[in-house]
Amino acid sequence: MNAIRESVHRAAPYAHDRSSVDRIMLQVCLALTPATLFGFYLFGLPAILTFVSICLAAIATEAICLLLQGQSISRLRDASALLTGWLLAMSMPPWCPWWLCLGAGFFAIAIGKHLYGGIGQNVFNPAMLARVALLISFPVQMTTWVQVTPLGSEQAPGLLQSLAIFFEQQSIPDGYTGATLLGAAKAAANGGSAISELVADNYSLTQSFLGNTLGSLGETSELLILLGGLWLLRRRIISWHIPVAMLGSTLLLSGLFYMVSHAQYLSPWYHLTSGGVMLGAFFIATDYVTSPSSTAGKLIFGAGCGLVMYVIRAWGGFPEAVGFAVLFMNALTPLIDRVVKPRAYGRDQRGNPIKNVSARKAS
Amino acid sequence: MFGIAMRGGVHPETKKDLTAERSIIRQLPLPKRLYLPLSQHAGIESRAQVQVGDRVLKGQLVARSGGPLSANLHAPTSGTVVAIEPIIAPHPSGLPAVAIVIESDGEDQWMTLPTLDDPLALSPDELADKVEAAGIVGMGGAIFPAAVKLRQGRRFEIKTLIINGSECEPYLTCDDRLMQERAEAIIDGARMIRHIIEAFEVIIAIEDNKPDATAALKKAAAPFGMIEVRNVPTQYPMGSAKQLIQAVTGKEVPAGGRSNDIGVLVHNVGTVYAIHEALRFGRPLISRIVTVSGGCVQSPHNVEALIGTPVRDIIQACGGLNATPARLLMGGPMMGQIIPSIDSPVIKGCTGVLALTRQEVNEHVPSPCIRCSRCVDACPMGLVPLEMAKHAKVDDFDNAQQYGLRDCILCGSCAYVCPSHIPLVQFFEYAKGELKERRNSEHKQEYTKRLTEQRNERIEREKAAKLAAKKAKKKKPSRQSEAAASEPAATAQEESAES
Repeated sequence: MNAIRESVHRAAPYAHDRSSVDRIMLQVCLALTPATLFGFYLFGLPAILTFVSICLAAIATEAICLLLQGQSISRLRDASALLTGWLLAMSMPPWCPWWLCLGAGFFAIAIGKHLYGGIGQNVFNPAMLARVALLISFPVQMTTWVQVTPLGSEQAPGLLQSLAIFFEQQSIPDGYTGATLLGAAKAAANGGSAISELVADNYSLTQSFLGNTLGSLGETSELLILLGGLWLLRRRIISWHIPVAMLGSTLLLSGLFYMVSHAQYLSPWYHLTSGGVMLGAFFIATDYVTSPSSTAGKLIFGAGCGLVMYVIRAWGGFPEAVGFAVLFMNALTPLIDRVVKPRAYGRDQRGNPIKNVSARKAS
Repeated sequence: MFGIAMRGGVHPETKKDLTAERSIIRQLPLPKRLYLPLSQHAGIESRAQVQVGDRVLKGQLVARSGGPLSANLHAPTSGTVVAIEPIIAPHPSGLPAVAIVIESDGEDQWMTLPTLDDPLALSPDELADKVEAAGIVGMGGAIFPAAVKLRQGRRFEIKTLIINGSECEPYLTCDDRLMQERAEAIIDGARMIRHIIEAFEVIIAIEDNKPDATAALKKAAAPFGMIEVRNVPTQYPMGSAKQLIQAVTGKEVPAGGRSNDIGVLVHNVGTVYAIHEALRFGRPLISRIVTVSGGCVQSPHNVEALIGTPVRDIIQACGGLNATPARLLMGGPMMGQIIPSIDSPVIKGCTGVLALTRQEVNEHVPSPCIRCSRCVDACPMGLVPLEMAKHAKVDDFDNAQQYGLRDCILCGSCAYVCPSHIPLVQFFEYAKGELKERRNSEHKQEYTKRLTEQRNERIEREKAAKLAAKKAKKKKPSRQSEAAASEPAATAQEESAES
């Protein structure tokens, strides 16, 4: 009876475009699928174990948090926990031990999301918060980059070996790990050697773009991520403002400094095809909850992400900085939203009524 | 905003094909009883001019305008007044409202209509009086008295008179059919309004999904200069005056201002038709075109219904219901209101009666906001609905105002696109209501304060006067004169009169 009364008084509109939160989340997951499958192919069974366990940890944590708050477990259907886990897994090293996976999923959902009040309430991107927290706490495990060992290839570990690696019964064999392009560049810069020579000797731009390189589980193929991102744009799940501003400011800054010194700074094309920049621009910085709501705000936010990322990559202590950059801009989002509002109809940018010559007749 | 017709907006499924190709049903069976609520307009209730037992003729005045924004009410058919009593009004509150109930005698006998001169030869003020007498209000649903708008318009240099034929609400085709079937009458009405407000040009704006109506009006307008028929993009809420003005003239109405301020006046095609009927034939507003549609209506049509006809009757005329509707609405699905009872009458502002299925309404339990900002993109007013709702929810109305509540037109575009199904408009209606209440109570407080202050002042004055009188009395013996004695007595008299 109560429900009927409530529904009787519900105001217009009595029509809807049939969108829903779960459909949005699942479409983002779908857009991530090609890059994810490619990651599975590149890094084999241990990567699949990593991915699945992080996602399951995220979903399980979400379920527990919902139960603890006395909310309906059916909220799980909005697929937001799955997406958070998915994005987190894509940004993690491909061969993570089991405890790192569980910890990552738990941290993202419990601390990154529910401590702030659950879906829509968190200030920081949960996946990036977990990734950065783990990177600082467990720097060795979080920077263990295995070489590409495609499924079906000779070096690819079998099921038992994969399980053994996952449960740390066996350490990752020598020679299986290496340095990412960004890591090598940072080391070169710190060591005072010329970046350009090192890169030219050891890395290929095409491979970097296609993704046949070592790196995070789902971040290596900029091409597949770009395709997924473009599909999201087409589906109008995301708008172009954040990705364009973020990639644009990265390109601008890295181009500028590359012109200053080829030896000291990495070429802009490597910046755009390495690390998590593409995933960050299309999938992470565009997170609805933690990014501004106005178009101007989105442009500022995206440009800020690119700026902070470049500054840390070029002069900071970490080779990769998408997570830090996004978190930094997340913290600014409430401020951006307060200052940069869309211009209202009949008002100027500052909210005062627009001036006009009144047509009132003199009488 | 160069080349952009409207900021934001949405494209709901129009569903107009249900009724757009079908002619208006003119001959409805005469209802046995007609119910005329005394409040069918923006202002206060009109005052009944008839008593129970009176016989009335079709077109006879039965209630007179009760105030500046009120309107006259006329008998839609001949018969007897059988009651003046509260009925369930066609308003979502379901609260009763006083109505005149007329039992028809089946003869549908007109009162003697005046013989009229050419309206275009009369003075604008005379014509505005006639529009007022005919009880015409905004027929697009705004129910603002048309005469008031015309008189306001006369005080301004109106460059453009926009006739609103955009009809952006889904399902509704009453304006579309009216334009197709009675184009000459609309052009005639437009010429009269132009004459009244002395507008420079007339633009009839029609959404580009109504080619037949556009063609009909273009043909009818051809013999007359300065009447342009123009298509505007099909986009909700194009029918909102502010958005239509922007699309047609490229100008924005300043916040807090009126369209008059920028030399524009907007009238709905239904209103224009009613004005034509009143000025050309002396017929008051006693009927209107209503779209009867929705998935639960057997044979959706437009009907020409007498004001006061029970909704049940007009649904019956369209083959009745084939299922229990999930929602029974008056108006369109975007801004319409729930009708509490199928026996509620058709009123002047009733553009449509919709019986929608559950599937059409697509209502869900709301979930938390994920800040996707689709509402920001959809808002035609450039507001931030998600922040407005967030603040309205916790009764922080000042911030809600800042994020745009003060400019919100309640068009529902935001709620239409919300993937979390948050009833945003409901929050805004609530907040606007609370703010109004607050303003009223502030006024009241101020008034009380002023009265108290005045009273205190008066008491002070009296005290001072008494003191002066006492002093005068004391001084009296010492000084001489009897003449002074009369003075304090007079003061005392004044005092008692005042208190």
